[in-house]
Amino acid sequence: MKTLVLVEHDNACVKDATLHTVTAAAALGEVHLLVAGQGCAAVADEAAKIAGVAKVHLADDAAYAHQLPENVAPLVVALMADHEAFLASATTTGKNIAPRVAALLDVMQISDIIAVDGPDSFTRPIYAGNAIAKVKTSDKKLVITVRGTAFDKAAASGGSGTVETVPGTGDSGIASFVGAEIAASERPELTSARVIVSGGRGVGSGENYHKIIDPLADKLGAATGASRAAVDAGFVPNDYQVGQTGKIVAPDVYIAVGISGAIQHLAGMKDSKTIIAINKDEDAPIFQVADIGLVGDLFQIVPELTAKL
Amino acid sequence: MKILVPVKRVLDYNLKPRVKADGSGIDLANVKQSMNPFDEIAVEEAIRLKEKGIATEVIAVSIGEAKSQETLRTALAMGADRAILVTHDGVAEPLAVAKLLKAIADEEQPGLIILGKQAIDDDSNQTGQMLAALLGWAQGTFASKVEVSGETVNVTREVDGGLETVALKLPAIVTTDLRLNEPRYASLPNIMKAKSKPLATKAPGDYGVDMTPRLTTLNVSEPPKRQAGIKVASVDELVTKLKALGVAA
Repeated sequence: MKTLVLVEHDNACVKDATLHTVTAAAALGEVHLLVAGQGCAAVADEAAKIAGVAKVHLADDAAYAHQLPENVAPLVVALMADHEAFLASATTTGKNIAPRVAALLDVMQISDIIAVDGPDSFTRPIYAGNAIAKVKTSDKKLVITVRGTAFDKAAASGGSGTVETVPGTGDSGIASFVGAEIAASERPELTSARVIVSGGRGVGSGENYHKIIDPLADKLGAATGASRAAVDAGFVPNDYQVGQTGKIVAPDVYIAVGISGAIQHLAGMKDSKTIIAINKDEDAPIFQVADIGLVGDLFQIVPELTAKL
Repeated sequence: MKILVPVKRVLDYNLKPRVKADGSGIDLANVKQSMNPFDEIAVEEAIRLKEKGIATEVIAVSIGEAKSQETLRTALAMGADRAILVTHDGVAEPLAVAKLLKAIADEEQPGLIILGKQAIDDDSNQTGQMLAALLGWAQGTFASKVEVSGETVNVTREVDGGLETVALKLPAIVTTDLRLNEPRYASLPNIMKAKSKPLATKAPGDYGVDMTPRLTTLNVSEPPKRQAGIKVASVDELVTKLKALGVAA
């Protein structure tokens, strides 16, 4: 079957999430990509080099500059006349656009897949990953979002896809982009980092978070994350949140500092290769999933650890 | 302007789901079920817009088994004015739910529909976006701030990189994220009062919607369990372990 993958990008570069989704699409059939954006020809050229990509559809128009679903969904629907499956990464962009496409195609979307079991069968987590469901669809076309941590990245080079410009489908006129506050950070992105240091309620305050967590993360070249409790308390912004409704991560090493381990948090990080927990409460649920635990006062342990690394 | 708030009855978020031994699903017999937490946030937001004088009426809708009436009574006790229950036993997929909600929206003509961004049972995160597509309306998903002014609603969205604000022409769809508000508890007098608020009961056939699922669940299983590991006694031991993992020089 011919698949169409929505490329995630910032009008300059392809985001890593796309590489994972390409791997899922390749399990279904021929991989075509859609780059919708403004001034994004370089993104299409980069995307054409992804291993296994046959064709890149490039829609370059002001209407697509900010990935507004009201504009992107009709474009995808037009291209789906010639494709059997649409795949998007289960990121905030993909989750915003894919269901809109599915409804327009009268297809029931399959969200957040972690395995492709067959041309119509998929595995996905439900109940915050406390159960794993295998589902089979009877729809003629597929609309899928893909959990990146469950699929390896396709190689960013080696492919030789062709780039084809496609006409836009116009501006809906019902939605417009006003502005964004996107945090600029020197640190690796949470969803693709090898090491993550995360802070929870136990850290106590935003000031403490930056005093305790940041230096350790700097020492390890790690990304920084947080539990919902820490975000709700205003220690750090929402883009730090790891969990059922935040980001799903699976780094080589996840260091949970002052995080008790609510099921909603575990849902976002329990596929990490090695989990290290530092918590003063030896009965905290986080220790039930941690490979290495250290019980004690994080305000002593973490600075000492940072100093000794 | 009317606001429509769809709510879903789900396994209480404090409870750990139990997978049925025959692999057919999650055991929901005799366990506490409550309003999906994101939907509580949606109800709260609608009520606040009414308290600000922006909304005139808040209508709660639920699609599910007869017991979903309890979930609607919760919404009424929080401050919704009336409720519609579309009774349906068995699976109600987001696409079918969106079709029912579209039919209800066609009848009620709300200016805003506020939904939870996802239900914590199937974690689909689809219904709001699908409803927006079927109605041809704009959508502001994962909202952390909603400001209505005139014919427009500005929605600040929680996105992977931070925050993003979009301006949507009304009528529009909003789906709620965690930090939009903190839902109120219903007071006892309001719980009593909710019992006499109007609640209409309908069936999917009344709206001509076919509820036949498109997806078949082949099997539901427990995820692989992580074994608890070891505890180290000192920072020095932890440093040794980290070095062994190759993350520290």
